Amino acid sequence: MDLEDQANVNRLAETSGTDDMVVLLGQPDANSAGLFAETVTRGDPTWAGPLAGVPLGLPVFHVLEPEIKEQMDGELYDEHVGLMELSADVDEIIKWVAVCRD
Amino acid sequence: MSPTPAILRASYALAHAPDLVRHGSKPAREIGRDPSLLPRITEALRPWDEVVAYPPNQVFIGNREPDDLASIPRPWYENRIDSADSAGSFGRMVTQPALYGLMKLCDDFELVTIDAELADLAATDLADFDHRRGRITGVDPAELRTIAEASNGLDLHQDGRPAGFIRTVHDQDEALTASVLLENLISKATAVLAVSDLLRSARIAAGEIDYLLNCGEEAVGDRYQRGGGSLSKAVGEVVGCVNATGSDIKAFCSAPVHALIAAGAMVAAGVHRYVVVLGGASQAKLGMKFGAHLRNGVPVMEDCLASMAFLVGPADAGDGEGLRLRLDLAGKHPIGAGSSPKAVYEALVVEPLVRAGLSMTDIDKYAVEMHNPEITEPGGSGDVPRTNYRTLAAMAVLRREIGREDMDRFVAERGMPGFAPTQGHIPAGVPYLGHALEAIRRGRLDRAMIVAKGSLFLGRMTQLVDGVSFVVERPAVARPR
Repeated sequence: MDLEDQANVNRLAETSGTDDMVVLLGQPDANSAGLFAETVTRGDPTWAGPLAGVPLGLPVFHVLEPEIKEQMDGELYDEHVGLMELSADVDEIIKWVAVCRD
Repeated sequence: MSPTPAILRASYALAHAPDLVRHGSKPAREIGRDPSLLPRITEALRPWDEVVAYPPNQVFIGNREPDDLASIPRPWYENRIDSADSAGSFGRMVTQPALYGLMKLCDDFELVTIDAELADLAATDLADFDHRRGRITGVDPAELRTIAEASNGLDLHQDGRPAGFIRTVHDQDEALTASVLLENLISKATAVLAVSDLLRSARIAAGEIDYLLNCGEEAVGDRYQRGGGSLSKAVGEVVGCVNATGSDIKAFCSAPVHALIAAGAMVAAGVHRYVVVLGGASQAKLGMKFGAHLRNGVPVMEDCLASMAFLVGPADAGDGEGLRLRLDLAGKHPIGAGSSPKAVYEALVVEPLVRAGLSMTDIDKYAVEMHNPEITEPGGSGDVPRTNYRTLAAMAVLRREIGREDMDRFVAERGMPGFAPTQGHIPAGVPYLGHALEAIRRGRLDRAMIVAKGSLFLGRMTQLVDGVSFVVERPAVARPR
């Protein structure tokens, strides 16, 4: 996760609290989805950004997870996520995000 | 009848630059914060022999084909190629002293000073270079120290020792600081190498070139016109293109494809007969992902500066075996198209093919952003080419051109492993053009599509992305215009 995004997440967490905050990821592969999920739960594993050593423990989901998909407009979902749903290793992505979330 | 434009020749270069990694944007900022990083980075840099034998680099200069990488086990930095040559079919690698030599011979304002020992090494390593070699001169170490102490600027190193200096020209002009001038001079020097090799291999006299289009990511200018540009003409001057003028096309990573389309249009319209498209290296990107590389215990692999050049001219020039540029199949991502992956690929890939009555499977090879995955994966950026090829295959499924079970085969047959260094505009589809020229000459390729995308939002002037594409064909496949 780039430093600017980390700073934004950190700022929102500090100013608005984390009670009503959910992070929704859209990375197209399991490796990067896992890294991003780890960043917003246990802290930046690369120790490069504002979330280094900051375990926010935010609930994190991927846009490909069924419970997210079912809450979205089908047509919009197909337009924006449909290609990734077809091309990505969905099970692997969900597995790695769940590891961090749980 | 207007000429049919073709890409007649491609040339690529890699300059090994381990001592310049510290001046890359990311390392310079991080070392400034924590000086103990410098020895750690230095320790993780690769020697020349390993860089030459690195399989993706061998593919970049044409000694191996992209598909060969699929059969070489990862990590590639450990499974190097025995007896690898720094000279390739359409490119070459040069040493760091050669790079300093190129910077010296491109330096019209005495920006760079190097010591005599480095100058000797540079002259030796550039023994076969055709232009301005007499400008590669050095001073004694005491004089170098005096210059460095009397001026603002940056030390330049060779094997870890201070062996040169680049000065800041104007202390109140951010566009003329040593770090910016270093970026620009490196872009010029590496582009000069690629263009010089291009003209030599195409057996065309520099004086025959009518126009130069630079597509690099540097920003040449001073405080009143930062990014004013025309590095194209500066490069042309060094290699003797006395009858050419030039300009620069700026479009982030997609600029090379914009430039090749523009060059083809110039040739087709009869404005110019021979146009050279060139792009120098991106020094700022050296060591960009060093943090991830150190954490993962892999070499700091962003240690080379890449450049490229292409000769565009009438298809019947030379051996007549150039890549026909199908300008009627040029694709673009319009401002109103939307930025979802589906919208982007519809615009760039599907729309131009449908317009010509072709399907996605009529393209033998797609060349997308060809980033070397071994460099990007440790930082969490994934395998960029693979993701793009999977997305293209998904598009073909949605269009019912292939079944879902055919996606892996589509990716394997019509894609290729990434092999280009992460040098911004360099990986944008165009590293494949050299291989496409070879494949077409051997009768192994009929038609390829080059697809480039650009992250315009990085400059904070728009949230838009950009993208352009074109199709190249074997002469016999090309339709009469």
